[in-house]
Amino acid sequence: MNGLNPNAASQAAGALESGYNFAYLDEQTKRMIRRGLLKAVAVPGYQVPFGGREMPLPYGWGTGGMQLSAAILGADDVLKVIDQGADDTTNAVSIRRFFARTAGVATTTRTPEATVIQTRHRIPETPLHGEQILVFQVPIPEPLRFIEPSETETRTMHALGDYGVMHVKLYEDIATFGHIATSYAYPVTVDERYVMDPSPIPKFDNPKLHMSPALMLFGAGREKRLYAVPPFTEVVSLDFADHPFAVQRWEENCAFCGSHDSYLDELIVDDAGSKRFVCSDTDYCMQRREPFEPQQEVGQ
Amino acid sequence: MYVAVKGGERAIDNAHLLLAKMRRGDTSIPELTVEQVRQQMPLAVARVMSEGSLYDSELAALAIKQAAGDLMEAIFLLRAYRTTLPRFGSSLPLDTTQMLLSRRISATFKDLPGGQLLGPTFDYTHRLLDFALLAEGEHPGPQVDATAQLESCPRVLDLLAAEGLLARERPSAAEVPDMTREPLDFPTSRAQRLQALARGDEGFLLALGYSTQRGYGRNHPFAGEIRIGEVEVWIEPEELGFAVPLGDIEITECEMVNQFVGGKGIEPQFTRGYGLAFGYAERKAMGMALVDRSLRAGEYAEEVEGPAQQEEFVLMHCDNVEAAGFVSHLKLPHYVDFQSELELIRKLRKQAEAPMQAAAQENRA
Repeated sequence: MNGLNPNAASQAAGALESGYNFAYLDEQTKRMIRRGLLKAVAVPGYQVPFGGREMPLPYGWGTGGMQLSAAILGADDVLKVIDQGADDTTNAVSIRRFFARTAGVATTTRTPEATVIQTRHRIPETPLHGEQILVFQVPIPEPLRFIEPSETETRTMHALGDYGVMHVKLYEDIATFGHIATSYAYPVTVDERYVMDPSPIPKFDNPKLHMSPALMLFGAGREKRLYAVPPFTEVVSLDFADHPFAVQRWEENCAFCGSHDSYLDELIVDDAGSKRFVCSDTDYCMQRREPFEPQQEVGQ
Repeated sequence: MYVAVKGGERAIDNAHLLLAKMRRGDTSIPELTVEQVRQQMPLAVARVMSEGSLYDSELAALAIKQAAGDLMEAIFLLRAYRTTLPRFGSSLPLDTTQMLLSRRISATFKDLPGGQLLGPTFDYTHRLLDFALLAEGEHPGPQVDATAQLESCPRVLDLLAAEGLLARERPSAAEVPDMTREPLDFPTSRAQRLQALARGDEGFLLALGYSTQRGYGRNHPFAGEIRIGEVEVWIEPEELGFAVPLGDIEITECEMVNQFVGGKGIEPQFTRGYGLAFGYAERKAMGMALVDRSLRAGEYAEEVEGPAQQEEFVLMHCDNVEAAGFVSHLKLPHYVDFQSELELIRKLRKQAEAPMQAAAQENRA
């Protein structure tokens, strides 16, 4: 839109809002969030409380991620927003539009061109590089929450590194089902210290957190917590020597691009319940199908 | 079929237009004005201002109109607007003894200085549908004595406190916390708790208060005093060094008197629970007062046994904007996580079926 990045497809839906500060939040609030982010980067995996604001979108719909994005966006950033891996799911469209309207930043659907990627439930298949920041929307930031409902208790457990219950829970899964029965929001240890909830990404995406060149930021708006995984940080999924961590694999290939390595969504295509599998990461799928074609503008 | 599961910008735009159409209803009927909502639905406006934490009846009425009468949505609209406003400072504590009362009742004393003032209330109406309201018409005003003077109305609980029968509340000189700027940290101060409860959902507080009456953390409440009316708001700007009035706001204040048998070095005495809400909001103020008192269990070394006494449980779940948001987010697509669960369930079932099949074969053999 403003021609800062000619490769980035811009899609200003509606005019730029004039009544609000750049990227909606006032500068004091952004500064407060950035201070929190600095702390989060300095203590990888530690949940930093922050004075989360009410956003004009409902809690649970990405307000945490949006506040972090608002705090880090600059005028020359190129923003990509995905939900379930896709750029064109309604909530991704809505959030991308929000920043196009309030910040006037260029937006893109192409992973390699984005400088800031806000995501819900996925990490893009295309490997990220060091000039990129991935912002996760987090519903429940506390990995111990479903074992211990009290925040006072869980903060103490983190302080003491008291994570035995977590392994007991995983062990009970194995004893009962023969497998660890956690398939998403699979807990990880960050930098050999804090156990962290990677947000509800499928465990398929967990290995992408490890030694990632891109900065990973996590924002939970309702719970008013933010945390981070700095570039090139060790992120290890919890497991046991005799039950090593493993990711999901499909016997099928993507019906569109034929990929056998990406995370596949299952679609039921007729009344008889026939199934097809397609890439959840729509941009990755598109890139494999049209590697040389210039990108079309979304929403045209 | 790929398109079917995706939404686009056009779908969103059209959804907004459909919503606007639903809100407007039949266009042959005159459109509701914001001023009509403000004047004729004052209790809805009061609730939206209280839980929206913003005293502005016009904006609250606008929010109600925009939300097509969905009060929680209206509260959310007002909150989202409020968060963009600058903060200039805190007011001085409201002096509710100087209220211009429209209603004042006490259930603990038959008569008291200033008297009981029933004022406008649903309390003694028979809940019979008034079919006369189906038609528009004149409504006769109340009979008033133009010469009547409001007597001084000291607070009922202060009278008890003067006798030493009620636990004294100590004024705090500490800076007023702002839970919309600093996240709650447990254990909380009473000021933070009252702030959270004042923004809390009326229905949730009502139910929790009710649960204490039914025995889940019982504390024997009496409605010591409920007063509704206009009170002046004063602020003391730093550069002035003296206080100036900002204007009047309508509030509802409720003080519950609760029995306390004493123990652990504290003499038997009454204790209090406090509720305050913008506008005419008696039910909210009473629910809040009950829950405030039950959350003081720790202060009086009472055993915490009911949900209404657990501060983390109450304060983390009383906000309806947070609750409505998180519940409604279940409408967002979750197919990536659901796919993970599908895969897991299939894997677990396959494993469970294998030994069963083996057993079946053994039986046949």
